[in-house]
Amino acid sequence: MSAVAVERARTRGSAPATAWAFVKRHVLTVYSVLFFAYLLLPIAVVAVFSFNNPPGKFNFTWNKFTWDNWRYWNGVPGIESSIILSLEIALIASLIATALGTLIALALVRYGFRGRATTNILIFLPLSTPEIVLGASLLTLFLNATFITVQFGFWTILIAHIMFCISFAVVTVKARLVGFDRHLEEAAMDLGANEWTTFRKVTLPLIAPAILAALLLCFAISIDDFVVTYFNSGSRVTFPLYVWGSARNGAPPQVNVIGTAIFVIAVTAMLLNVVIQMRRERRGAA
Amino acid sequence: MSLFHRHRGLTPYLLLAPGVLFLALFFVVPLGFLAYQSLQSGNFDIGYTFSWQWSNYWDALHNYRAQFIRSLEYAGIATLLALIISYPVAYWIAFRGGRWKNLLLLFIVAPFFVTYLIRTLAWETILSDNGFVVNTLQSLHVLGPSGRLLATSTAVVTGITYNFLPFMALPLYVSLEQIDGRMIEAAEDLYASKWHAFWRVTFPLSLPGVVAGTLLTFIPAAGDFINAQLLGSPDNHMIGNVIQSKFLELTDYPAAAAMSFILMAGILIAVFLYARVVGTEQLTGTAA
Repeated sequence: MSAVAVERARTRGSAPATAWAFVKRHVLTVYSVLFFAYLLLPIAVVAVFSFNNPPGKFNFTWNKFTWDNWRYWNGVPGIESSIILSLEIALIASLIATALGTLIALALVRYGFRGRATTNILIFLPLSTPEIVLGASLLTLFLNATFITVQFGFWTILIAHIMFCISFAVVTVKARLVGFDRHLEEAAMDLGANEWTTFRKVTLPLIAPAILAALLLCFAISIDDFVVTYFNSGSRVTFPLYVWGSARNGAPPQVNVIGTAIFVIAVTAMLLNVVIQMRRERRGAA
Repeated sequence: MSLFHRHRGLTPYLLLAPGVLFLALFFVVPLGFLAYQSLQSGNFDIGYTFSWQWSNYWDALHNYRAQFIRSLEYAGIATLLALIISYPVAYWIAFRGGRWKNLLLLFIVAPFFVTYLIRTLAWETILSDNGFVVNTLQSLHVLGPSGRLLATSTAVVTGITYNFLPFMALPLYVSLEQIDGRMIEAAEDLYASKWHAFWRVTFPLSLPGVVAGTLLTFIPAAGDFINAQLLGSPDNHMIGNVIQSKFLELTDYPAAAAMSFILMAGILIAVFLYARVVGTEQLTGTAA
């Protein structure tokens, strides 16, 4: 629709206006290219310096190309265990948060009930609270809980991650449920399916992409979290905490290797998704 | 009778219960504990006792006023920069992206695929004393021969702006994408210049995105301490740095808890003032 508008604006109008539109079009394009260069510059730096053989302990200046950092990606003590812990936490936290979040989203979209507005606020609040406050308040809970002695570590990190992921999961699934054609469910019920069968055979497959999106989002947020984890980790070290700890004395190039690897894996997955979508759209248009 | 016509009954509460209980226990209750802690007195060795110690708040405000103001200032500047930098690109993708839209959006969120701390360390490399940027600025005499970017407020604001940019660009894109191109066309048919059509039609219609982006950028930016820690000097420390060191290094829990609440209050006031300027409709539109 907008493309049509632009097209029409271009073919209509006087010569200077057309020229002006042409210039403006390209100014914006050039600017956008520069913008993406800026956006990707630090990522390029991370990738390039993953092949650096740093002159001292700081990996800031380019010295010599080497494959060693990639070959010995776990060659610095502590890095491998931190990655494993991050993956474990992200996997469990995203599964639990998405399950809890999907149930909340179903309740919020499908039912009118007392306390709906309050629930909406409860979901919105964690999203609008600074991370440092989330982390600090959870820390005071664990410190002051008198009925149980809390051992900081795996479980406190996991609880923290589930807590800040739930809202993201609710918002993601809710968006899909709102734009959902309820006639499909009504049709299933008219044809004699009961509520549970309808949910399993109609609702669930339709919201499955949103559930998957919520899972991925929670996984990504969890694996990247530093602040809340920092407050509640005790002596356990996740990958972001490892980076933080090593940054004080100069982070080893292996940190760049892991950063680049995560980036490449995530972008490849997303690119595949985008390409498949574009193909499907094209086929739909043809 | 059917799944959607039944408004009463236990089902919605059963669906809500696990998640809401979890949030109540690990989000709401902790805030209560934080409030309780913020009014305690004592120290780590002798223990803390609850004593309605309101002076924790006044002391925090008095002793760390500079850091509070700096947090709001850095976050405000970074938010404004992010808005100015990303608006044209969001516009470009929304109106000129065509079938490449999804791919371009992927580029926008690309930074999120690199761990936050590693991204910030990359800026440390870029802005480092012998780096390309400093050398160029020195040869252009923008920076003196011993001038540096690291450990300055410029570096901290640069880092914050970059790190939260996708939070600004995405909502801007979403609201621009929803604009009906015929509205702009109509304005132009009614003899509005391109410039006028933009400021009178396109920009006002994109305001929900501007508001959402501003809040999504400002709130985390004001509480951030990583950029100030890695890219700044102690002179650039924000309130987040103070809260984190009081909690985790100095174990001065009551003061740190009081500061957390002041930070939240500061953000709420800033958001409120902002809402007064842009109109509450936009704000509740985002909240809903």
